[in-house]
Amino acid sequence: MIPPAFEYARPASVEEAVRTLADAGEDAKVLAGGQSLLPLLRLRLAFPELVVDIGRIPELRGIREDEGTLIIGAMTSHHDVIRDPRVRRHAGLLAAATATVADPAVRHRGTLGGSLAHADPAGDLPAVILALDATLIAEGPAGRRAIPAREFFVDYLQTALHPDELLVEVEIPTVDGWGFHYEKFHRVAQAWAVVGVAALVRRDNGHIAEARIGLTNMGSTPLRAAATEEALVGAAAPGAVQRAAEVAADGTHPSSDPSASPAYRAHLAQVLTKRAVLTAGGMG
Amino acid sequence: MTDQVTEREVGRSRARKEDARLVTGQTNWTDNISVNGLLHLAILRSPMAHARIDRVDVAPARERPGVVAAFSGRDLAEGLGSLPCAWPVTEDIVLPDHPPIAVDEVRYAGDPVAVVVARDRYAAADALEAVEVDYTPLPPVLDLEAALAEDAPLVHADKGTNRCYVWPLATGEDYASVRQRADVVLKRRYVQQRLIPNAMEPRAVVVTPLAASGEYTVYSATQIPHILRIMLSMVTGVPEHKLRVIAPDVGGGFGSKLQVYGEEALALAVAQRLGRPVKWTESRSEGYLATHHGRGMIQDIEIAATDEGKLLGLKVDLLADMGAYLMLVTPGIPILGAFMYPAIYKMDAYDFTCTGVFTTRTPTDAYRGAGRPEATYAIERIMDELAVELGLDPIELRRRNWIRHEEFPYTAVAGLTYDSGNYEAATDKALALFGYDALRSEQQKRNEHGDVVRLGIGVSTYTEMCGLAPSRVLRDLRYGAGGWEAASIRMLPTGKVEVVTGTSPHGQGHVTCWSQIASDVLGVPFEDVEVLHGDTKAAPQGMDTYGSRSLVVGGTAVHHAAQKVVEKARKVAAHLLEASEHDLEFTHGVFSVKGSPEARKTIQEIAFETFSSHDLPDGMEPTINAEHLVDPENFSYPHGTHLCAVEVDTETGRTTIRSYVCVDDVGRVINPMIVEGQVHGGVAQGIAQALYEEAVYDDEGNLVSGTMADYLVPSAADLPEFVTGRTETPATSNPLGAKGVGEAGTIASTPAVVNAIVDALRPLGVTEVAMPCTPQRVWEAIEQARSGKDGSA
Repeated sequence: MIPPAFEYARPASVEEAVRTLADAGEDAKVLAGGQSLLPLLRLRLAFPELVVDIGRIPELRGIREDEGTLIIGAMTSHHDVIRDPRVRRHAGLLAAATATVADPAVRHRGTLGGSLAHADPAGDLPAVILALDATLIAEGPAGRRAIPAREFFVDYLQTALHPDELLVEVEIPTVDGWGFHYEKFHRVAQAWAVVGVAALVRRDNGHIAEARIGLTNMGSTPLRAAATEEALVGAAAPGAVQRAAEVAADGTHPSSDPSASPAYRAHLAQVLTKRAVLTAGGMG
Repeated sequence: MTDQVTEREVGRSRARKEDARLVTGQTNWTDNISVNGLLHLAILRSPMAHARIDRVDVAPARERPGVVAAFSGRDLAEGLGSLPCAWPVTEDIVLPDHPPIAVDEVRYAGDPVAVVVARDRYAAADALEAVEVDYTPLPPVLDLEAALAEDAPLVHADKGTNRCYVWPLATGEDYASVRQRADVVLKRRYVQQRLIPNAMEPRAVVVTPLAASGEYTVYSATQIPHILRIMLSMVTGVPEHKLRVIAPDVGGGFGSKLQVYGEEALALAVAQRLGRPVKWTESRSEGYLATHHGRGMIQDIEIAATDEGKLLGLKVDLLADMGAYLMLVTPGIPILGAFMYPAIYKMDAYDFTCTGVFTTRTPTDAYRGAGRPEATYAIERIMDELAVELGLDPIELRRRNWIRHEEFPYTAVAGLTYDSGNYEAATDKALALFGYDALRSEQQKRNEHGDVVRLGIGVSTYTEMCGLAPSRVLRDLRYGAGGWEAASIRMLPTGKVEVVTGTSPHGQGHVTCWSQIASDVLGVPFEDVEVLHGDTKAAPQGMDTYGSRSLVVGGTAVHHAAQKVVEKARKVAAHLLEASEHDLEFTHGVFSVKGSPEARKTIQEIAFETFSSHDLPDGMEPTINAEHLVDPENFSYPHGTHLCAVEVDTETGRTTIRSYVCVDDVGRVINPMIVEGQVHGGVAQGIAQALYEEAVYDDEGNLVSGTMADYLVPSAADLPEFVTGRTETPATSNPLGAKGVGEAGTIASTPAVVNAIVDALRPLGVTEVAMPCTPQRVWEAIEQARSGKDGSA
């Protein structure tokens, strides 16, 4: 496959990257790990005039902690996220879900920020970030701004980022003590999720005190299963979880493809939500 | 003094000679070939399944940077013949014209309409966008049954029908009367979905012209350099003796490179016109449209039996999707399966009909197994259904009907004479490895508890016809060529050996196996043998590689050629040792005189003596080199028993293969490790049809599963550990005793998996799941059965 011709820039700093994007207007695409953009280019589904490679900006990589918040640089690779002890301790859901992304080669090249900015609803990490109530930090010509995950994913492959903004960091409130599980249903190992469910469960005295459910590939953006989250409060037994899971697909509009119809996706969302919550809550 | 071999090579798991080169990249794939002044082709393809071409304007493309030339179909039509179909299966077959590039009409999404030639691949791809084409859409023809209706739109309007051919075969007693005697008659419809072959290496072709002499060298990622040479000569008019075809290292084919492709003819035609070397390499998604597909059949099968489970007769009606055109052996693929529906079972009557149907889709042709997996699937699925109907264990039903080992050679109802086999032994061994009884009792427990995850067991006792093919049989089947194979052996002066084979390996390991065969016969070290192949100049005669034929036919030719070398060398040795030929013994590469072992000559010494020719027997031609061509007297019949246990999650519909046991009888084994590899790959490919792969089209005839994101090829991570075993009943039709192994796993495994899925779900009322058995389809089958039970559907 031969991509269409494009100009190429490789800025050395975030400031330079933002300036380059601002100069280019709407016709630029940011190249992070390249695991989504390159296939789009090669299939001639994307025709950017300029590709801005942010792979050599050291400040975009790395993970740090700051008073109950985990801060992950946008260009941190999946591989680095998975093996980082702070991520495992404070946001185990992210580590567990990232470990299911594609295959080792992709996990070494692909990045957390790239995956979120691409905003593919079939990607695993958008729903996880949504469930974690993360905040995404964008930098543009006017400086930085914080975008809550709930506002970041606008439509299919569309985010709240402006064309001259770069996603630089992801802030995740730590969820120590929460149970978690990412239940991914895919047909072959490297394939995208047909449906995925990211569950975070906080229990109190044997009852579910709070639950957050992120849904992968159940619509044009990642979604929260709000009705199920509400119904889960107070649940103590598998039967109650099952009943709560029956409304997991409420309000969703999943797509159709050779692997699944919308009706089947809705069914899967219920089954997988039940399983994810039971596992996350240690109730299975 | 050269080392002589004292241990037999045949039967050893020799590491493959080919692999060091292949896995380190020190090899020569067609796309790696570069020559001075090389130009690159890009091909514009129809975005529609069926349309009239009103206008093609390539002039704007010629203006693009780096572009050297651009051609429409009409520009190239003159001087290009129709692509060949070598297997017109009936006298009155409808044989449409098949231009290498469309001129007036496109008949599948992917049909070529224009060619751009540029200095690099990027410029060529970019310039495609400048070609202007006007189409008038015509109705697509997609459904096989609807295509045969009186008023159906036509794929080839000039032919007046979409019916390509009707090929009947009725053998044994009259089926209708046998059916009347039956206590049980079962009828089922099975659908063989279209599959897209996925060789690791995409197709590629390089053509280098030598203007001064009018010679052309065609490098192609092909399975069939010899056949390609003949056919390209016919299509392009380049005389055969001016055409050299080379298949460099080829990265897999599975039948998809058993073809004479339009792109090969186009590359040659463009090289002819421009007098410049050209290259074309397909991308994966381009290959999904333009490389031929496999399978694509509707199978109506009816089986008649007694209450005791004795089979009486079988009736099969096929609708086979030809796609838009007949390619090299398109019409013959279902016919290869025709003889295999009765499988290993004895019965009195067999009635088969195949109707070939044109559709506006990519043409179909050979894909691993080619007709035989389809046949095996249908008979093995309906045998399980019959077992249920009769209340018999599926193994027991098979036992009651299969040919017993003492009955070989056995002429089966379809007319083939199976020379050898032992179905009892293979099945007993498989059952023991599988733990059949323990799994059955676990299954029963799960069913009683109403477990969410059910267990199912699937059986497949298959045979196949391999070693294609006796030339006289091919004549009777109206195939356009013979089925022989050639080998020659060159004894080099230093005692090293070159084996020249007409087979054309593309991943199988012929170099290793042919070395083992030659080493044993000649008594020279394995390392001293080189194998030459895949170049019509180096290996001038051959029928190439497909249909599990290479070892059975080509390996046999190597064996005989080596024996001829020994017999010639014996004459020289007798002369030099001043002994009678009859008094010479030949062991481990050494001729010695009986009774006086010190009087000896090695075969390497004889090779040098022959080279110098100073002292040869009077009148002897100064060579011990030899050539041998083999025309097989019969097919070979590998067989085996495959057992599959699946767990089916009834909530999600997901199938997980828990264990897979296969015991294959491929006759005598040359290299056990290579056999093991072939079985693993074959089983994986069969499982892929059962669970994952399908060429999906939309209602307009566009390929929806157009990339590997939607066409799911499983990897090792998705497959179970295979437990493999073997029984060894030598073939009697060749001196190696070999039967072939390239397709066995693919033929056997698909029904074993689907039988297991249906077995798991039968307590829930499910009797059929269409392939591929995706989680959604399994879930829907369960839902339908449940609602049926409730009386609501």
